[in-house]
Amino acid sequence: MKPMFSPRLILGVFLAVLAVAPLVLSPFYVTLLNYIGLYALVALGLVLLTGVGGLTSFGQAAFVGLGAYTTAVLTTATELPGWLAWAGGSPWLALVVGLVFTAVVALVLGSLTLRLSGHYLPLGTIAWGISLYFLFGTLDTLGGHTGLTGVPPITVFGFELDRGEELFYLIWLFLLSAVFTTQNLLDSREGRAIRALKGGMVMAEAMGVNTARSRMIIFVIAALHACASGWLYAHLQRFVNPTPFGLHIGIEYLFMAVVGGAGQVWGALVGAGVITIAKQWLQDVLPRIFGQSGNFEVIFFGLMMVIVLQRARDGLWPLLARLVPVRATRRELDAAAEALPRKPLPAKGEVILEAKEVTRRFGGLVANNNMSLSVRAGEILALIGPNGAGKSTMFNQISGVDTPTSGEVLFLGRAVAGRDSREIARMGMSRTFQHVKLLPTMTVLENVAIGAHLRGDKGVLSSAWRLDRNQEARLLNEAARQIERVGLAEHMFDAAGSLALGQQRILEIARALAADPCLLLLDEPAAGLRFKEKQALAELLRKLRGEGIGILLVEHDMDFVMGLVNRVVVMEFGEKIAEGLPEDVQRNPAVLEAYLGGVE
Amino acid sequence: MDFQIAMLLGQDGITNGAIYALLALALVLVFAVTRVIFIPQGEFVSYGALTLVMIQAGAIPATVWLLLGAGLLAAALDVRLALRAGQPGRLVRLLGWYVAYPLALVALLYTLPVKDFPMAAQILFALAVVVPMGPLMYRLIYQPIAAAPVLVLLIVSVAVHVAMVGLGLLFFGAEGSRTPPFSEARFEMGPVMVSGQTIWVVVSSLVLIVALYQFFERTLYGKALRATAINRVGARLMGISPALAGRLTFFLAALIGALSGVLIAPITTIYYDTGFLIGLKGFVAAIVGGLASYPMAAAGALLVGLLEAFSSFWASAHKEVIVFTLIIPVLLWRSLRGRHVEEEE
Repeated sequence: MKPMFSPRLILGVFLAVLAVAPLVLSPFYVTLLNYIGLYALVALGLVLLTGVGGLTSFGQAAFVGLGAYTTAVLTTATELPGWLAWAGGSPWLALVVGLVFTAVVALVLGSLTLRLSGHYLPLGTIAWGISLYFLFGTLDTLGGHTGLTGVPPITVFGFELDRGEELFYLIWLFLLSAVFTTQNLLDSREGRAIRALKGGMVMAEAMGVNTARSRMIIFVIAALHACASGWLYAHLQRFVNPTPFGLHIGIEYLFMAVVGGAGQVWGALVGAGVITIAKQWLQDVLPRIFGQSGNFEVIFFGLMMVIVLQRARDGLWPLLARLVPVRATRRELDAAAEALPRKPLPAKGEVILEAKEVTRRFGGLVANNNMSLSVRAGEILALIGPNGAGKSTMFNQISGVDTPTSGEVLFLGRAVAGRDSREIARMGMSRTFQHVKLLPTMTVLENVAIGAHLRGDKGVLSSAWRLDRNQEARLLNEAARQIERVGLAEHMFDAAGSLALGQQRILEIARALAADPCLLLLDEPAAGLRFKEKQALAELLRKLRGEGIGILLVEHDMDFVMGLVNRVVVMEFGEKIAEGLPEDVQRNPAVLEAYLGGVE
Repeated sequence: MDFQIAMLLGQDGITNGAIYALLALALVLVFAVTRVIFIPQGEFVSYGALTLVMIQAGAIPATVWLLLGAGLLAAALDVRLALRAGQPGRLVRLLGWYVAYPLALVALLYTLPVKDFPMAAQILFALAVVVPMGPLMYRLIYQPIAAAPVLVLLIVSVAVHVAMVGLGLLFFGAEGSRTPPFSEARFEMGPVMVSGQTIWVVVSSLVLIVALYQFFERTLYGKALRATAINRVGARLMGISPALAGRLTFFLAALIGALSGVLIAPITTIYYDTGFLIGLKGFVAAIVGGLASYPMAAAGALLVGLLEAFSSFWASAHKEVIVFTLIIPVLLWRSLRGRHVEEEE
């Protein structure tokens, strides 16, 4: 067996090497490391944005520019307008102003473009990336294309950081805090919501996650990282001009994130390192080979990106990580954590869901016609019918995914129509999906914890600085409790994608339960289950019913339904053809005709 | 601003707008058929124009070596596939297109006095060098990842753009060039002088647009591309090869790009990296059309052209800022036509 290192050890060695580096390396290499740190800070924002969140920006260099120019103007201007005079002269105040300013710009740009589908955002970022770059070059207050000189050094406790070796520590302090806070963030309630953005938005919304907000959060965080990098850059260079903030550099930042491994926090550092060193070397070698000067390294970067994306889409980090055997750390659950508070359940027998004369037309097609049904607390209602009967459409009307053409759906006495899935989730209705919607690379535990999203309230900052641990332990405990309850305890730490389909359906039920619902909507939960699993599921549903939860079941499997549910509603051609006790419905001639065909 | 200046600016705007319209059409086409956001479209503009410049200067255009290199690479890949599939019969055709064709071009450029040929012949030569790079690019770069998410394809496009700009600098140097106009004629239209080149640009664009329309409406291949654009899987089930559709699309895109370059080279100085900004303006136009509607994209192109011309008069320093900021209200308008939360590919 290969020796395994603990992650702490490796991190410790890395930090020690970093601490010693400027003392032993020549200024050339210290400068190189400084730039790697600055670039990695920007690339880290892109890892969060692109690798984790699935959003792409080519315009990060412009945010770097905002940070750099803000501090350059504030620290060099001789005359500031009165309302800004307080911020003049101090790099630290300029950092604060820059961060606020960048956040505002990012909020505006984000609110304009983030709602658009995937490819518009990157195109939009190219456009404003270029606009801001040209603006830097044309505004007189920013010194035009020559830029601003005489930027003072940063002082820390009266000590001037005017040499590269001194600023080194500040740069890497910024970078490492950014790395750790990002890591912390991703491993939290907000982080799970962010990680759901790529491929799980519909599910996340149904679990109460505001995906638009999560997208904005990572967009702003990425911009702030870029801004901080620009601030450091300005005080390292001691002058700014527009060149390093152009679109081509923005593209390079994205390359760093992708080459390093866009889903990996440490990938940003690898990517920034590889590209910065390769650039240095190629800029040295290529002009000699080609016999003329120019930025020929971009040819190699471009081709390298194509090859990386064709051959190793996850970037270099996973390849590197394989070389160093790190012991996998398993999440410890804190069994002592206090249970989450529960909402009081409605009294058994009380009507919690009522659909009244719901009609849904798609053009000329009437998918649901005059459908009425009700579910009481502590009962299981099955909605059955042949394929194409309109069950799924009905399910969508009830769960608020779709809005009825006429009629209304009341949940706990309040109309569902017009509310988004988040609000409905908050009211206490939770659901599973006909086509399983999981985040396959996340563990079963984390997937279920998304269900409990609305039962926590810790935000980005407390997550980043680990002030959320108490609540996080309670959330994870709740998730673990639901996983044990549905019988998946042995898979708690497995990737959700590695489960069999039947188990994934059960996982969805655990996730729905983690939301502490009073009404559970299950879309074909028994599909793909084996006999034993079906028995276990039926047992679970009976238990939930006993606790007072109302359950609406859309199902095909008659054996499963008939032995389990209290009442059945049968649909055909969008209409209700029968309703009643399972035994009665089974003998109903209309139902027999719908299922078995009429007797000639 | 008096009437005369307004007319002049309008003429400028329409000329550029016609080029942006062509590029926007190509971008919409490529996106619809292959889901590739074709950022390198602009490089074909530069390559087309500067290849013509080199031919007219009596030099062997460096782009022909790129064609040969890419051809050899594609040949190596496809010959291996053909042998593995046990189809040696395909070798002749593969080697013919990938290797013999560029070699023949090199030979012709070396032996014939292309420098003294009439301009039309020189243009044909330039197109013969640049246009086949389109399908080759599809074969080498996009075909292996044709099923990747749009976002990955976009990043690849940006990477290709970056590499092509670098190669452009290597091939053509940092100096900008112009070609002589197609005609020196000038026409008096009321109070305004209209140059022959303007008419060439506008008329060629219109002819090309009509020809494309005919291609898509009347020919089998055109219909195959439309089918692919509407439903990729369905088209594939009907026997339309996605690889063929991709190469054909990239051929058209390269043709449109290179031709646009040849058309504007007499009006604007073209540098190795000029194409990018021109292509991006095509993009702004294409986005006006939602990357889906051809007529809206064309209208967007005219809008971009006119906006650019008039802003160069009123605020020339901020010309580019204004044009690219136009995209923001357009995006806003698109986002206000709001939609539900949806999964992205």
